[in-house]
Amino acid sequence: MFDVYKIRKDFPVLMQNINGKPNIYLDSAASAQKPDCVIDKMCRVYKTTYANVHRGVYALADEITAEYEDARQTVQKFINAASAKEIVFTRNATESINLVAATWALDNLHGNDEILLSEAEHHANLIPWQIVAQKTGCTLKIFKIGDDGSYLPEEFTKNLNERTKLVAITGMSNVLGTIFPVKDITTAAHQVGAKVLIDACQLAVHQPIDVQDIDCDFLAFSGHKTYGPTGIGVLYGKFAILQNLPPYQTGGDMVEKVTYQKTTYAEPPARFEAGTPAIVEAIGLGEALKYMLNLGWKNITSHERELIRYTLQKTAEIKGFTHIGTAQNKGGVFAFRVGNIHPQDLAYVLGKEGVAVRIGHHCAEPLVNRMGYTSLARASLGFYNTKEDIDAFVAAVKKALAFF
Amino acid sequence: MENIEDLIENFSMLEDWEDKYQYLIELGEKLPPLEEKYKTDAWKVSGCQSQVWLIPEYKDGLLSFKGDSDAIMVKGIISIVLAIYGNKSAQEIKKIEVEKIFAKLGLGEHLSPSRRNGMMSMVDKIRFYAQNLEK
Repeated sequence: MFDVYKIRKDFPVLMQNINGKPNIYLDSAASAQKPDCVIDKMCRVYKTTYANVHRGVYALADEITAEYEDARQTVQKFINAASAKEIVFTRNATESINLVAATWALDNLHGNDEILLSEAEHHANLIPWQIVAQKTGCTLKIFKIGDDGSYLPEEFTKNLNERTKLVAITGMSNVLGTIFPVKDITTAAHQVGAKVLIDACQLAVHQPIDVQDIDCDFLAFSGHKTYGPTGIGVLYGKFAILQNLPPYQTGGDMVEKVTYQKTTYAEPPARFEAGTPAIVEAIGLGEALKYMLNLGWKNITSHERELIRYTLQKTAEIKGFTHIGTAQNKGGVFAFRVGNIHPQDLAYVLGKEGVAVRIGHHCAEPLVNRMGYTSLARASLGFYNTKEDIDAFVAAVKKALAFF
Repeated sequence: MENIEDLIENFSMLEDWEDKYQYLIELGEKLPPLEEKYKTDAWKVSGCQSQVWLIPEYKDGLLSFKGDSDAIMVKGIISIVLAIYGNKSAQEIKKIEVEKIFAKLGLGEHLSPSRRNGMMSMVDKIRFYAQNLEK
């Protein structure tokens, strides 16, 4: 039984008051809060089993290496990868995408090639490809989304051709909440011989992911959004592709044999984890994903679906409340404007009421501009949010309305 | 232009944040809008969460500023900043401890160097103009 009020007690930050009021945290799309089990686990590792990984032959080194690799297996299970060797630990999704850009893309793309992205991409899934286009001379193509933020299959297909070598697409927009049909997109892309990278930062928080079913070539997500620590991210890559990639950074732990003149590199994933990795963060991430899996995807998605329904119902009662991004298939991310109130003015009042929303361009400036704005407010849900949170949010917006 | 001593006195009479915000909004509404021709990227202060424009004016050895924003409370904050920095020499601008004044107004959270919410970049720009004037 999924009891959100019980679950909330696992999140110490949510139990705090803000300005003497309950903490109404609606900014999980930026970063999610962490459950006690993650915090405790990391603390326990530092206090009991800490050492470097992959190097020592003493008890602590064995133990921590086992825990680090166990976390990799948890990630494997979380996205149903075929092998734990396909899971590379990075700093975050941004680094994961940059890794693919700097290795696979620079090695494989040339002047006549095209990279295809949607209008809804986060800067992290746009700028690395701009750099690749500058360096290789390939073309960056952006396919249109609907004015309501929906995915338009005909726009995607129109721009996909035999020159397309990579489709890099978000699984779920961090601004509009639109969920993209990544499996269909991957199938179509593969038909023209293009590789597919999925930015799953938001998707991984809200829906189960099966990389074997999707058949994507790369997939990236950040630990801090999936209720895990900061400083740890994941790059999934098909092993056959990873195996042929050059290293991203070089140094310790990523080598097979080194002489003063020449080095042969270790097999993936070690090849891409140069230097001492974020050991404790990786273990913390494993714990966070286990926590999610224990809650169960059915429970998470049905709770969030009901919250989305409730949010749409309640916000419809607010005069002048406009949702930006109203696609049919939408997750718990709500970009909005209220009348002519500037999002910053709105956020000042909401902040005083203990309501945390994000404002601005949400690291997707071209998208916010394309929707007709320079700034948007955004409320986003985690599985720990309640109808009471939504009520408090609605009350705070109504209070703000009285100000302006 | 508002007088900063008056502003400090007026703010000191407002106890809760609702009243302070209401007053900020009033100040924002009173701030004369900038001519549209100045609302360009060249005059934009980067790093703010709303659009902020700032124009320096130099007369008889003293600097003054005009400013505007698309957010009303930010306009209120601009109005205070302009009052603080209006008709000052570059030397005077350098000595102003703007964070202390905002703390006195009870608006410390809106202007502090440790927050990257943008208001401070406006002050940085003012200091930049003053510094360049000295050279």
